[in-house]
Amino acid sequence: MMAHHESTYEPQGRWAKWLDERLPVPRLVHDQLVEFPTPRNLNYLWTFGGILTFCLVAQIITGIVLAMHYQPSGADAFNSVDTIRRDVNYGWLLTKLHAVGASMFFIAVYIHIFRGLYYGSYKAPREILWILGVFIFIAMMATAFLGYALPWGQMSFWGVTVITNLFSSLDGVIDGLGTAIVQWLWGGYSITGKTLNRFFSLHYLVPFIIVGLVGLHIWALHVVGQNSPTGLDVKTKADAVPMYPFAVAKDVFAMFVFLIVFLWFVFFVPDYMSHADNYTPANPLATPPHIVPEWYFLPFYAILRAIPSKLGGVMAMFAAIVVLLFVPWLDRCRTVRSTRYRPVYKWFFWALVVACLGLGYLGAKPPEGAYIVWARIFTVYYFAHFLLVLPILGLIETTNQPPASIAESVLGKAGSDSRADAEPANQG
Amino acid sequence: MTTSKKIAAFVFVASVAGIMNTTVASAAGGGVAIERQAWSFSGPFGLYDQGQLQRGFQVYQNVCAGCHGIDRVRFRNLVEPGGPGFPEADVKALAADWANAVVDGPNDDGEMFERPPRLSDAIPGPYKNEKQARAAQNGAYPPDLSLIARARGVEYTGPVWWHPFHMLKDMATAYQEGGVDYIYALLTGYRDEAPAFKRTEDGKLVAVSDADAEDATGVERCASVTHANGAEKDVCVALQEGMQYNAAFPGHQIAMTPPLSDEAVEYKKNADGKPVVPETTAQHARDVAAFLAWAADPSHDQRKRLGWQVLLYLLITTILLYYAKKAIWKRVKH
Repeated sequence: MMAHHESTYEPQGRWAKWLDERLPVPRLVHDQLVEFPTPRNLNYLWTFGGILTFCLVAQIITGIVLAMHYQPSGADAFNSVDTIRRDVNYGWLLTKLHAVGASMFFIAVYIHIFRGLYYGSYKAPREILWILGVFIFIAMMATAFLGYALPWGQMSFWGVTVITNLFSSLDGVIDGLGTAIVQWLWGGYSITGKTLNRFFSLHYLVPFIIVGLVGLHIWALHVVGQNSPTGLDVKTKADAVPMYPFAVAKDVFAMFVFLIVFLWFVFFVPDYMSHADNYTPANPLATPPHIVPEWYFLPFYAILRAIPSKLGGVMAMFAAIVVLLFVPWLDRCRTVRSTRYRPVYKWFFWALVVACLGLGYLGAKPPEGAYIVWARIFTVYYFAHFLLVLPILGLIETTNQPPASIAESVLGKAGSDSRADAEPANQG
Repeated sequence: MTTSKKIAAFVFVASVAGIMNTTVASAAGGGVAIERQAWSFSGPFGLYDQGQLQRGFQVYQNVCAGCHGIDRVRFRNLVEPGGPGFPEADVKALAADWANAVVDGPNDDGEMFERPPRLSDAIPGPYKNEKQARAAQNGAYPPDLSLIARARGVEYTGPVWWHPFHMLKDMATAYQEGGVDYIYALLTGYRDEAPAFKRTEDGKLVAVSDADAEDATGVERCASVTHANGAEKDVCVALQEGMQYNAAFPGHQIAMTPPLSDEAVEYKKNADGKPVVPETTAQHARDVAAFLAWAADPSHDQRKRLGWQVLLYLLITTILLYYAKKAIWKRVKH
């Protein structure tokens, strides 16, 4: 496995040698971030890992500064956010960098997840890498939900009401269990400033759990090496280029393109991805006409409402996320990784994309008429994709023959045998 | 082409253009068509029009302030750049003369006392709290207007298949004025009477024009109509006692009486003695809506100016990074 490449780091000078024998951080950086063999055929969908790391760091930095000005109490929360916008230097920018940043984080993570699904990045030996990714996604959703409560506007308050009340459906399993959980989450018999307080505390905590999970995710990636558009691993020197400068140059360029989109929203359409009702202070006595979560939860919200029973809906919604954990074993196609060489599965993959986009659209619509019919069709397909298509199609599909190696896919047969033009230096 | 054909062609082209230009959306929860307005601050390059913000504040002060507070805005904000930009001395005088006092204290005797507001104070509204407001307004609560322009939005009402493209268009053209469009539509959306409907034989309610309603019998005036399924009859929701019909308001029944009228506010005059803009209901509505947009988003101009600087930097850097990447990968097939 190329990822276990020999270290090529040579400490220069006494101080570097001294450090290398005690805490070899420069060696780690050199081996994992400079010389790390990166498949030479990666496309731009592989730049989202770096983009997501940037998003996480940006959210933490803006979040820490916002927390310096924010008051997590029922009476002051809304006013303090308004004061940040009006009176804190560049507060209007900080709040929007953080709020729009959350949306951009989810755009990036959804692209990253679908990239993994398309190119079979979850298949052996990357199962743990994939599962860690699903855990990161779950932790991100928790953080985003907790964070959306903090401005304590109408949609914050009623979003918390709807989502926490979902747990009361567990009363149907064990009498009193749901109510007990809901009261435990609320810290009382109704949603109050106490609820907001604990949400703030947890909103500050969970991102650091994400940091830990991301560390493990990257560690696992560097053990097994990156997948590639052909679904082939790096096997020889000719398959790879060193991470620096090749992958880094590409990642940084892609990140700047991403930043242009991100900051377009921050500066010119800052309210586009949030709801107008959240500019009205939370009012437990006035229910908004439509309670909708943030856009990135809409597909799951649509699944929740598509099921005609409350407990069933809650279970389906959580199952929609949990099923992702089992994808490495649900997919029975063992001959190839990448969907490039799966002529039939390709169609089902795009059907899944359509179903998810459709569910996202329907999640924002009232659950009635044709909307609910389509939500049910897409929900059935969503689960059928993972529970039927992946296992069955994997067994019966005739896959195409991928090239013998990454180098061959890029250079053709002749090129891959002996030489790779521009042989990367110091390849381990 | 004959003249009549030319006219017909012109009418056709004009009406198609009109349909394409009029993007309709509806107020949140109401399903009402709200027409988009051209604002000086529309789009990525739009900025507030200082004169308009000043006139809008005048409308707020003379019309709205009787019932609505705006207590997240401070007097000093009226002086600051990017807003109405009144001279500081004028705002000091305005604050000192403001109709509502500020409660301060306790003083050295331990008593709370009232005093005229200063530049640093929030603009005090007419009521001490919601209860007092409701008591004075027959149970209705005039909301605070500080954030109203961002707290209202418009909903898409067009065909489903066009919706994704409509969203992309809004993102690309930086459409952010849903709330302001709604305020303008609300302030100009009053009608003396609720619209007329006639009931068909199978119980459906069909809208009829006011002209037709004049001499027809069996006309019902409905603020809104609840369409029934199947054989049931449509329900006519009549205007309640003390409510006004408003085309833009969700449910069409609003407690606020029409606040604006022509020449409700006297604007600054030009050298020829005419006001700088016509003193019409529509113009007053437009100006106060723009003022409320500023009140809800006072950093708007700074945001867009900084935005272009940031974007310009990003664009140039991205181009450089692209060529750097190309140079690095030049000799590596990939």
